[in-house]
Amino acid sequence: MVCPINGPRALSEFAYGGELRPLPDPETTSDADWADYVFNRNSVPGIKREWWCHTASGVWFICERDTATDSIKRTYLYTPAEK
Amino acid sequence: MFTRHERLKSSYEAVIIGGGGHGLAAAYYLARDHHMCDVAVLEQGYLGGGNTARNTTIIRSNYLTPEGVQFYDESVRLWRDLAQDFDLNLFYSTRGHYTLAHTDSAMRTMRWRAEVNKHFGVDSEAVDADAVRTALPMMDITCAGHAPVVGALYHAPGAIARHDAVAWGYGRGADRRGVEIHQNTQVVAIELEDRGSGPVVTGVLTNRGRIATRKVLCAVAGYTPRLLAMVGLRSPIYIHPLQAMVSEPLKPWLDPIIVSGSLHVYVSQSARGELVMGASLDPYELHATRSTLDFAESLAAHMLELFPFLSEVKVNRQWAGMADMTPDFAPIMGKTPVGGFYLDAGWGTWGFKATPVSGKTMSYTLANDRPHPLIEGFAFDRFARYALTGEKGAASVGH
Repeated sequence: MVCPINGPRALSEFAYGGELRPLPDPETTSDADWADYVFNRNSVPGIKREWWCHTASGVWFICERDTATDSIKRTYLYTPAEK
Repeated sequence: MFTRHERLKSSYEAVIIGGGGHGLAAAYYLARDHHMCDVAVLEQGYLGGGNTARNTTIIRSNYLTPEGVQFYDESVRLWRDLAQDFDLNLFYSTRGHYTLAHTDSAMRTMRWRAEVNKHFGVDSEAVDADAVRTALPMMDITCAGHAPVVGALYHAPGAIARHDAVAWGYGRGADRRGVEIHQNTQVVAIELEDRGSGPVVTGVLTNRGRIATRKVLCAVAGYTPRLLAMVGLRSPIYIHPLQAMVSEPLKPWLDPIIVSGSLHVYVSQSARGELVMGASLDPYELHATRSTLDFAESLAAHMLELFPFLSEVKVNRQWAGMADMTPDFAPIMGKTPVGGFYLDAGWGTWGFKATPVSGKTMSYTLANDRPHPLIEGFAFDRFARYALTGEKGAASVGH
Protein backbone atom coordinates (compact mmCIF):
# COMPACT_ATOMS: atom_id res chain seq x y z
CA MET A 1 0.00 0.00 0.00
CA VAL A 2 1.18 3.53 -0.78
CA CYS A 3 1.17 5.95 2.14
CA PRO A 4 0.69 9.50 0.78
CA ILE A 5 3.55 10.69 3.01
CA ASN A 6 5.90 7.70 3.27
CA GLY A 7 5.42 6.01 -0.10
CA PRO A 8 4.99 2.25 -0.66
CA ARG A 9 5.14 0.27 2.60
CA ALA A 10 4.34 -3.30 3.67
CA LEU A 11 0.63 -3.93 4.28
CA SER A 12 1.43 -5.06 7.82
CA GLU A 13 2.27 -1.42 8.68
CA PHE A 14 -1.28 -0.27 7.98
CA ALA A 15 -4.49 -0.37 9.99
CA TYR A 16 -8.02 -0.21 8.60
CA GLY A 17 -10.28 2.53 9.93
CA GLY A 18 -13.58 1.82 8.18
CA GLU A 19 -15.44 3.49 5.36
CA LEU A 20 -15.47 7.29 5.06
CA ARG A 21 -18.98 8.30 6.14
CA PRO A 22 -20.47 11.78 6.53
CA LEU A 23 -21.26 12.70 10.15
CA PRO A 24 -24.78 14.02 10.62
CA ASP A 25 -25.10 17.06 12.87
CA PRO A 26 -25.63 15.52 16.35
CA GLU A 27 -27.61 18.59 17.44
CA THR A 28 -30.26 18.40 14.75
CA THR A 29 -30.36 14.80 13.54
CA SER A 30 -33.19 12.43 14.54
CA ASP A 31 -32.62 9.37 16.76
CA ALA A 32 -33.29 7.11 13.78
CA ASP A 33 -30.75 8.88 11.56
CA TRP A 34 -28.20 8.87 14.35
CA ALA A 35 -28.68 5.11 14.89
CA ASP A 36 -28.27 4.63 11.16
CA TYR A 37 -24.98 6.56 11.28
CA VAL A 38 -23.69 4.79 14.40
CA PHE A 39 -24.58 1.20 13.48
CA ASN A 40 -25.47 0.68 9.84
CA ARG A 41 -22.85 0.04 7.19
CA ASN A 42 -22.84 -0.20 3.44
CA SER A 43 -21.47 -3.72 3.20
CA VAL A 44 -22.28 -4.35 -0.44
CA PRO A 45 -18.97 -5.06 -2.22
CA GLY A 46 -17.62 -2.33 -4.49
CA ILE A 47 -15.08 0.49 -4.70
CA LYS A 48 -15.16 2.37 -1.38
CA ARG A 49 -13.36 5.32 0.15
CA GLU A 50 -11.87 4.11 3.42
CA TRP A 51 -9.80 5.47 6.28
CA TRP A 52 -6.44 3.75 6.66
CA CYS A 53 -3.57 4.59 9.00
CA HIS A 54 0.13 4.10 8.45
CA THR A 55 0.74 3.00 12.03
CA ALA A 56 4.51 3.47 11.99
CA SER A 57 4.12 7.21 11.38
CA GLY A 58 0.53 7.79 12.49
CA VAL A 59 -0.59 9.16 9.12
CA TRP A 60 -4.32 8.82 8.50
CA PHE A 61 -5.36 8.95 4.86
CA ILE A 62 -8.05 7.90 2.39
CA CYS A 63 -7.73 4.73 0.33
CA GLU A 64 -10.00 3.89 -2.57
CA ARG A 65 -10.26 0.12 -2.57
CA ASP A 66 -12.39 -2.49 -4.29
CA THR A 67 -13.75 -4.61 -1.43
CA ALA A 68 -14.67 -7.43 -3.83
CA THR A 69 -11.13 -7.96 -5.14
CA ASP A 70 -8.99 -6.26 -2.48
CA SER A 71 -7.34 -4.10 -5.15
CA ILE A 72 -6.26 -0.59 -4.14
CA LYS A 73 -7.19 2.11 -6.66
CA ARG A 74 -5.46 5.12 -5.08
CA THR A 75 -4.50 6.70 -1.76
CA TYR A 76 -4.43 10.37 -0.79
CA LEU A 77 -4.60 12.67 2.21
CA TYR A 78 -8.04 13.66 3.44
CA THR A 79 -9.30 17.15 2.66
CA PRO A 80 -12.61 18.54 3.95
CA ALA A 81 -13.84 18.53 0.35
CA GLU A 82 -13.94 14.72 0.62
CA LYS A 83 -17.47 14.74 2.01
CA MET B 1 -29.12 -38.36 -1.58
CA PHE B 2 -31.40 -35.63 -2.93
CA THR B 3 -34.11 -35.45 -5.57
CA ARG B 4 -33.01 -33.48 -8.59
CA HIS B 5 -35.66 -31.04 -9.82
CA GLU B 6 -35.34 -30.06 -13.47
CA ARG B 7 -37.20 -26.79 -13.12
CA LEU B 8 -38.55 -24.42 -10.53
CA LYS B 9 -42.28 -24.31 -9.93
CA SER B 10 -44.02 -20.99 -10.59
CA SER B 11 -44.86 -20.53 -6.91
CA TYR B 12 -44.05 -21.86 -3.46
CA GLU B 13 -45.51 -21.20 -0.04
CA ALA B 14 -42.05 -20.17 1.11
CA VAL B 15 -38.61 -19.71 -0.44
CA ILE B 16 -35.41 -20.14 1.53
CA ILE B 17 -32.38 -18.40 0.07
CA GLY B 18 -29.20 -20.17 1.06
CA GLY B 19 -28.60 -23.94 1.10
CA GLY B 20 -26.18 -23.98 4.00
CA GLY B 21 -26.77 -25.56 7.37
CA HIS B 22 -29.05 -22.78 8.56
CA GLY B 23 -31.26 -22.64 5.47
CA LEU B 24 -31.57 -26.43 5.24
CA ALA B 25 -32.29 -26.73 8.97
CA ALA B 26 -35.07 -24.17 8.63
CA ALA B 27 -36.49 -26.12 5.66
CA TYR B 28 -36.30 -29.37 7.64
CA TYR B 29 -38.14 -28.01 10.70
CA LEU B 30 -40.68 -26.16 8.53
CA ALA B 31 -41.60 -29.47 6.92
CA ARG B 32 -41.31 -31.65 10.03
CA ASP B 33 -42.77 -29.43 12.75
CA HIS B 34 -44.97 -26.96 10.87
CA HIS B 35 -46.11 -29.14 7.94
CA MET B 36 -45.00 -26.53 5.42
CA CYS B 37 -43.60 -28.68 2.62
CA ASP B 38 -44.28 -26.45 -0.38
CA VAL B 39 -40.89 -24.86 0.10
CA ALA B 40 -37.93 -24.24 -2.22
CA VAL B 41 -34.36 -23.90 -0.97
CA LEU B 42 -32.28 -21.89 -3.46
CA GLU B 43 -28.50 -22.26 -3.35
CA GLN B 44 -26.25 -20.34 -5.74
CA GLY B 45 -23.41 -22.88 -5.39
CA TYR B 46 -23.63 -26.34 -3.88
CA LEU B 47 -25.16 -27.50 -0.60
CA GLY B 48 -23.19 -26.61 2.49
CA GLY B 49 -20.38 -25.06 0.45
CA GLY B 50 -20.31 -21.72 2.25
CA ASN B 51 -19.54 -21.13 5.88
CA THR B 52 -21.02 -24.53 6.79
CA ALA B 53 -17.96 -26.02 5.09
CA ARG B 54 -15.53 -23.36 6.31
CA ASN B 55 -15.92 -23.25 10.07
CA THR B 56 -13.98 -25.20 12.70
CA THR B 57 -17.05 -27.24 13.82
CA ILE B 58 -16.94 -26.32 17.50
CA ILE B 59 -20.21 -26.63 19.42
CA ARG B 60 -20.61 -25.04 22.87
CA SER B 61 -22.98 -22.93 24.92
CA ASN B 62 -20.64 -21.16 27.37
CA TYR B 63 -21.67 -17.69 26.27
CA LEU B 64 -21.95 -14.57 28.39
CA THR B 65 -25.37 -13.02 27.94
CA PRO B 66 -28.57 -14.73 29.14
CA GLU B 67 -29.93 -14.49 25.57
CA GLY B 68 -26.84 -16.22 24.19
CA VAL B 69 -26.54 -18.91 26.85
CA GLN B 70 -30.17 -20.04 26.61
CA PHE B 71 -30.16 -19.98 22.83
CA TYR B 72 -26.93 -21.93 22.36
CA ASP B 73 -27.81 -24.37 25.13
CA GLU B 74 -31.00 -25.31 23.31
CA SER B 75 -28.80 -25.83 20.25
CA VAL B 76 -26.47 -28.20 22.14
CA ARG B 77 -29.54 -30.18 23.27
CA LEU B 78 -30.76 -30.47 19.69
CA TRP B 79 -27.30 -31.46 18.45
CA ARG B 80 -27.18 -34.51 20.71
CA ASP B 81 -30.25 -36.14 19.15
CA LEU B 82 -29.59 -35.06 15.62
CA ALA B 83 -27.81 -38.19 14.39
CA GLN B 84 -30.81 -40.30 15.56
CA ASP B 85 -33.18 -37.85 13.98
CA PHE B 86 -31.38 -38.05 10.62
CA ASP B 87 -30.30 -41.69 10.80
CA LEU B 88 -26.93 -40.37 9.71
CA ASN B 89 -23.61 -40.38 11.56
CA LEU B 90 -22.65 -36.80 12.36
CA PHE B 91 -19.47 -37.83 14.20
CA TYR B 92 -20.77 -35.74 17.10
CA SER B 93 -18.03 -35.97 19.68
CA THR B 94 -18.21 -34.43 23.17
CA ARG B 95 -14.69 -33.36 24.04
CA GLY B 96 -14.80 -30.72 26.75
CA HIS B 97 -13.75 -27.17 25.97
CA TYR B 98 -11.06 -25.05 27.68
CA THR B 99 -11.02 -21.29 27.18
CA LEU B 100 -7.62 -20.30 28.53
CA ALA B 101 -7.10 -17.13 30.54
CA HIS B 102 -3.65 -15.55 30.50
CA THR B 103 -4.43 -12.49 32.61
CA ASP B 104 -6.38 -11.68 35.75
CA SER B 105 -8.89 -9.67 33.76
CA ALA B 106 -9.50 -12.60 31.41
CA MET B 107 -9.94 -14.84 34.46
CA ARG B 108 -12.56 -12.43 35.78
CA THR B 109 -14.50 -12.79 32.51
CA MET B 110 -14.22 -16.59 32.80
CA ARG B 111 -15.75 -16.48 36.30
CA TRP B 112 -18.49 -14.21 35.02
CA ARG B 113 -19.25 -16.57 32.15
CA ALA B 114 -19.17 -19.58 34.49
CA GLU B 115 -21.68 -17.98 36.86
CA VAL B 116 -24.06 -16.92 34.07
CA ASN B 117 -23.78 -20.42 32.59
CA LYS B 118 -24.46 -22.18 35.90
CA HIS B 119 -27.44 -19.94 36.54
CA PHE B 120 -28.99 -21.26 33.34
CA GLY B 121 -28.02 -24.87 34.11
CA VAL B 122 -25.11 -25.00 31.68
CA ASP B 123 -22.14 -27.11 32.78
CA SER B 124 -19.25 -24.59 32.97
CA GLU B 125 -16.74 -23.83 35.69
CA ALA B 126 -13.71 -21.64 36.22
CA VAL B 127 -10.60 -23.75 36.93
CA ASP B 128 -7.11 -22.73 38.08
CA ALA B 129 -3.74 -23.21 36.43
CA ASP B 130 -3.07 -26.50 38.25
CA ALA B 131 -6.29 -28.00 36.94
CA VAL B 132 -5.34 -26.92 33.41
CA ARG B 133 -1.84 -28.43 33.81
CA THR B 134 -3.27 -31.74 35.02
CA ALA B 135 -5.88 -31.95 32.27
CA LEU B 136 -3.55 -30.81 29.48
CA PRO B 137 -0.08 -32.19 30.23
CA MET B 138 0.87 -31.89 26.55
CA MET B 139 0.52 -28.11 26.64
CA ASP B 140 3.24 -25.64 27.64
CA ILE B 141 1.24 -23.82 30.28
CA THR B 142 3.77 -20.96 30.43
CA CYS B 143 3.34 -20.38 26.65
CA ALA B 144 7.13 -20.11 26.26
CA GLY B 145 7.11 -17.62 29.13
CA HIS B 146 5.22 -15.03 27.05
CA ALA B 147 1.72 -15.45 28.43
CA PRO B 148 1.45 -17.95 31.31
CA VAL B 149 -1.97 -19.56 31.69
CA VAL B 150 -3.53 -18.48 35.00
CA GLY B 151 -6.72 -20.52 34.64
CA ALA B 152 -9.52 -21.40 32.26
CA LEU B 153 -13.22 -21.68 31.72
CA TYR B 154 -13.97 -25.40 31.41
CA HIS B 155 -17.14 -26.34 29.55
CA ALA B 156 -17.70 -30.10 29.62
CA PRO B 157 -20.40 -30.24 26.86
CA GLY B 158 -18.05 -28.65 24.29
CA ALA B 159 -18.14 -30.82 21.15
CA ILE B 160 -17.24 -31.09 17.50
CA ALA B 161 -19.23 -32.60 14.60
CA ARG B 162 -18.84 -33.42 10.93
CA HIS B 163 -20.00 -30.23 9.18
CA ASP B 164 -20.87 -31.72 5.77
CA ALA B 165 -23.03 -34.39 7.36
CA VAL B 166 -25.05 -31.70 9.12
CA ALA B 167 -25.97 -30.02 5.84
CA TRP B 168 -26.65 -33.36 4.16
CA GLY B 169 -28.73 -34.64 7.06
CA TYR B 170 -30.96 -31.59 7.11
CA GLY B 171 -31.10 -31.50 3.32
CA ARG B 172 -32.07 -35.15 3.01
CA GLY B 173 -34.66 -34.84 5.78
CA ALA B 174 -36.23 -31.82 4.09
CA ASP B 175 -36.07 -33.44 0.65
CA ARG B 176 -37.85 -36.59 1.88
CA ARG B 177 -40.66 -34.43 3.25
CA GLY B 178 -41.23 -32.73 -0.10
CA VAL B 179 -39.05 -29.63 0.12
CA GLU B 180 -37.39 -28.84 -3.22
CA ILE B 181 -33.66 -28.13 -3.09
CA HIS B 182 -32.32 -26.22 -6.09
CA GLN B 183 -28.56 -25.87 -6.35
CA ASN B 184 -26.80 -23.58 -8.84
CA THR B 185 -29.76 -21.24 -8.50
CA GLN B 186 -28.90 -17.63 -7.86
CA VAL B 187 -31.35 -14.98 -6.69
CA VAL B 188 -31.03 -11.85 -8.82
CA ALA B 189 -33.90 -9.79 -7.43
CA ILE B 190 -36.68 -9.88 -4.84
CA GLU B 191 -40.05 -8.48 -5.87
CA LEU B 192 -41.86 -6.22 -3.45
CA GLU B 193 -45.28 -4.59 -3.47
CA ASP B 194 -46.54 -1.74 -1.32
CA ARG B 195 -50.28 -1.40 -0.87
CA GLY B 196 -50.00 1.38 1.67
CA SER B 197 -49.01 -0.63 4.74
CA GLY B 198 -45.33 -0.99 3.86
CA PRO B 199 -43.50 -3.23 1.41
CA VAL B 200 -44.30 -6.95 1.26
CA VAL B 201 -42.59 -9.75 -0.65
CA THR B 202 -44.40 -11.07 -3.72
CA GLY B 203 -41.75 -13.05 -5.53
CA VAL B 204 -38.16 -13.96 -6.20
CA LEU B 205 -36.32 -13.65 -9.52
CA THR B 206 -33.59 -16.21 -10.14
CA ASN B 207 -31.23 -17.09 -12.97
CA ARG B 208 -33.62 -20.01 -13.65
CA GLY B 209 -36.87 -18.09 -13.67
CA ARG B 210 -39.39 -16.27 -11.50
CA ILE B 211 -41.07 -17.67 -8.39
CA ALA B 212 -44.16 -16.19 -6.75
CA THR B 213 -44.07 -16.41 -2.97
CA ARG B 214 -45.20 -14.49 0.11
CA LYS B 215 -42.47 -15.66 2.43
CA VAL B 216 -38.73 -15.49 1.95
CA LEU B 217 -36.10 -16.56 4.45
CA CYS B 218 -32.66 -15.10 3.83
CA ALA B 219 -29.91 -17.32 5.30
CA VAL B 220 -26.86 -16.40 3.25
CA ALA B 221 -24.13 -15.40 5.78
CA GLY B 222 -21.51 -13.32 3.94
CA TYR B 223 -23.91 -12.46 1.12
CA THR B 224 -26.48 -10.90 3.46
CA PRO B 225 -25.73 -7.23 2.61
CA ARG B 226 -26.30 -7.92 -1.11
CA LEU B 227 -29.64 -9.59 -0.40
CA LEU B 228 -30.70 -6.81 1.97
CA ALA B 229 -29.90 -4.26 -0.76
CA MET B 230 -32.43 -6.08 -2.99
CA VAL B 231 -35.20 -5.28 -0.50
CA GLY B 232 -33.91 -1.80 0.33
CA LEU B 233 -32.79 -2.51 3.92
CA ARG B 234 -29.67 -1.28 5.66
CA SER B 235 -28.05 -3.21 8.50
CA PRO B 236 -24.98 -3.03 10.77
CA ILE B 237 -23.56 -6.21 9.22
CA TYR B 238 -20.00 -5.94 7.98
CA ILE B 239 -18.07 -8.62 6.12
CA HIS B 240 -14.57 -9.68 7.09
CA PRO B 241 -12.92 -12.94 6.05
CA LEU B 242 -12.30 -15.56 8.73
CA GLN B 243 -9.50 -17.96 7.94
CA ALA B 244 -8.72 -21.43 9.24
CA MET B 245 -6.31 -24.28 8.49
CA VAL B 246 -5.69 -27.96 9.23
CA SER B 247 -2.51 -29.89 9.85
CA GLU B 248 -1.58 -33.25 8.41
CA PRO B 249 -3.30 -36.15 10.26
CA LEU B 250 -1.67 -37.17 13.54
CA LYS B 251 -2.34 -39.98 15.98
CA PRO B 252 -5.01 -38.90 18.48
CA TRP B 253 -3.37 -36.87 21.26
CA LEU B 254 -5.65 -33.87 21.80
CA ASP B 255 -9.03 -34.78 23.23
CA PRO B 256 -10.44 -31.44 24.44
CA ILE B 257 -10.96 -28.29 22.43
CA ILE B 258 -8.49 -25.54 23.36
CA VAL B 259 -9.20 -21.84 22.90
CA SER B 260 -7.05 -18.88 23.79
CA GLY B 261 -8.50 -15.46 23.10
CA SER B 262 -5.23 -13.74 24.02
CA LEU B 263 -3.11 -15.87 21.69
CA HIS B 264 -5.82 -15.91 18.99
CA VAL B 265 -5.87 -19.70 18.75
CA TYR B 266 -8.57 -22.29 18.80
CA VAL B 267 -7.78 -25.88 18.04
CA SER B 268 -9.30 -29.33 18.16
CA GLN B 269 -8.31 -32.68 16.69
CA SER B 270 -10.77 -34.11 14.19
CA ALA B 271 -11.81 -37.75 13.92
CA ARG B 272 -9.35 -37.99 11.02
CA GLY B 273 -6.51 -36.82 13.26
CA GLU B 274 -6.05 -33.40 11.67
CA LEU B 275 -5.60 -30.42 13.94
CA VAL B 276 -8.35 -27.98 12.99
CA MET B 277 -7.11 -24.48 13.82
CA GLY B 278 -8.53 -21.02 13.70
CA ALA B 279 -7.51 -17.56 14.81
CA SER B 280 -9.10 -14.14 14.56
CA LEU B 281 -10.96 -12.25 11.88
CA ASP B 282 -9.02 -10.59 9.09
CA PRO B 283 -8.68 -6.92 10.03
CA TYR B 284 -10.52 -5.30 7.12
CA GLU B 285 -13.61 -5.66 4.93
CA LEU B 286 -13.30 -8.06 2.03
CA HIS B 287 -15.83 -10.07 0.03
CA ALA B 288 -13.53 -12.89 -1.02
CA THR B 289 -12.32 -16.19 0.39
CA ARG B 290 -8.61 -15.82 -0.28
CA SER B 291 -5.98 -17.12 2.14
CA THR B 292 -2.97 -15.17 3.40
CA LEU B 293 0.52 -16.23 4.52
CA ASP B 294 0.28 -13.66 7.34
CA PHE B 295 -2.53 -15.68 8.85
CA ALA B 296 -0.80 -19.07 8.59
CA GLU B 297 2.44 -17.68 10.01
CA SER B 298 0.90 -15.93 12.97
CA LEU B 299 -1.42 -18.82 13.85
CA ALA B 300 1.45 -21.31 13.58
CA ALA B 301 3.61 -19.14 15.86
CA HIS B 302 0.92 -19.03 18.53
CA MET B 303 0.24 -22.77 18.19
CA LEU B 304 3.93 -23.39 18.89
CA GLU B 305 3.76 -21.29 22.04
CA LEU B 306 1.14 -23.72 23.36
CA PHE B 307 2.48 -26.91 21.75
CA PRO B 308 6.21 -26.58 20.93
CA PHE B 309 6.47 -30.25 19.90
CA LEU B 310 4.38 -29.53 16.80
CA SER B 311 7.24 -27.67 15.11
CA GLU B 312 7.77 -30.39 12.49
CA VAL B 313 4.08 -30.86 11.71
CA LYS B 314 2.92 -29.69 8.29
CA VAL B 315 -0.09 -27.56 7.44
CA ASN B 316 -2.25 -29.42 4.92
CA ARG B 317 -4.92 -26.92 3.90
CA GLN B 318 -5.88 -23.32 4.52
CA TRP B 319 -9.12 -21.59 3.59
CA ALA B 320 -11.44 -18.70 4.45
CA GLY B 321 -15.12 -17.87 4.80
CA MET B 322 -16.90 -14.54 4.67
CA ALA B 323 -18.13 -13.76 8.18
CA ASP B 324 -21.18 -11.50 8.54
CA MET B 325 -20.25 -9.62 11.71
CA THR B 326 -22.48 -7.51 13.94
CA PRO B 327 -21.42 -4.76 16.38
CA ASP B 328 -22.66 -6.74 19.41
CA PHE B 329 -21.48 -10.19 18.28
CA ALA B 330 -25.02 -11.53 18.38
CA PRO B 331 -27.01 -12.67 15.33
CA ILE B 332 -29.83 -10.78 13.63
CA MET B 333 -32.87 -13.06 13.45
CA GLY B 334 -36.57 -12.80 12.83
CA LYS B 335 -38.88 -10.39 11.07
CA THR B 336 -37.77 -7.29 9.17
CA PRO B 337 -39.52 -4.05 8.13
CA VAL B 338 -40.33 -5.82 4.83
CA GLY B 339 -43.42 -8.02 5.22
CA GLY B 340 -42.71 -11.69 4.50
CA PHE B 341 -38.95 -11.14 4.44
CA TYR B 342 -37.33 -13.02 7.32
CA LEU B 343 -33.69 -12.74 8.19
CA ASP B 344 -31.29 -15.29 9.68
CA ALA B 345 -27.96 -13.45 9.56
CA GLY B 346 -25.17 -11.83 11.51
CA TRP B 347 -23.71 -15.25 12.18
CA GLY B 348 -20.16 -13.95 11.98
CA THR B 349 -17.87 -16.46 13.63
CA TRP B 350 -20.48 -18.28 15.71
CA GLY B 351 -22.96 -19.82 13.24
CA PHE B 352 -22.18 -23.53 13.02
CA LYS B 353 -23.03 -24.38 16.63
CA ALA B 354 -26.36 -22.60 16.22
CA THR B 355 -27.45 -24.54 13.12
CA PRO B 356 -30.17 -26.68 14.78
CA VAL B 357 -31.65 -24.00 17.01
CA SER B 358 -31.61 -21.32 14.32
CA GLY B 359 -33.44 -23.69 11.99
CA LYS B 360 -35.94 -24.51 14.69
CA THR B 361 -36.61 -20.90 15.74
CA MET B 362 -36.62 -19.47 12.23
CA SER B 363 -39.09 -22.12 11.02
CA TYR B 364 -41.36 -21.17 13.93
CA THR B 365 -40.97 -17.49 13.05
CA LEU B 366 -41.76 -18.10 9.38
CA ALA B 367 -44.76 -20.36 10.06
CA ASN B 368 -46.33 -18.09 12.70
CA ASP B 369 -45.14 -14.70 11.43
CA ARG B 370 -43.89 -13.82 14.91
CA PRO B 371 -40.44 -14.28 16.42
CA HIS B 372 -39.76 -17.37 18.51
CA PRO B 373 -39.26 -16.34 22.19
CA LEU B 374 -35.62 -17.53 22.12
CA ILE B 375 -34.70 -15.03 19.40
CA GLU B 376 -36.49 -11.93 20.62
CA GLY B 377 -33.14 -10.55 21.86
CA PHE B 378 -31.73 -10.81 18.34
CA ALA B 379 -34.30 -8.63 16.54
CA PHE B 380 -33.40 -6.61 13.44
CA ASP B 381 -34.63 -3.36 15.01
CA ARG B 382 -32.55 -3.59 18.22
CA PHE B 383 -29.94 -1.22 16.81
CA ALA B 384 -32.46 1.51 16.01
CA ARG B 385 -33.70 1.09 19.61
CA TYR B 386 -30.08 1.30 20.91
CA ALA B 387 -30.75 -2.05 22.66
CA LEU B 388 -27.71 -4.14 21.77
CA THR B 389 -27.17 -7.66 23.11
CA GLY B 390 -23.42 -7.45 23.83
CA GLU B 391 -22.36 -11.07 23.34
CA LYS B 392 -18.75 -11.13 24.47
CA GLY B 393 -18.60 -14.91 24.55
CA ALA B 394 -18.25 -15.10 20.76
CA ALA B 395 -15.25 -16.67 19.07
CA SER B 396 -12.38 -14.93 17.28
CA VAL B 397 -13.24 -11.45 18.35
CA GLY B 398 -11.10 -9.34 20.63
CA HIS B 399 -12.67 -8.14 23.85
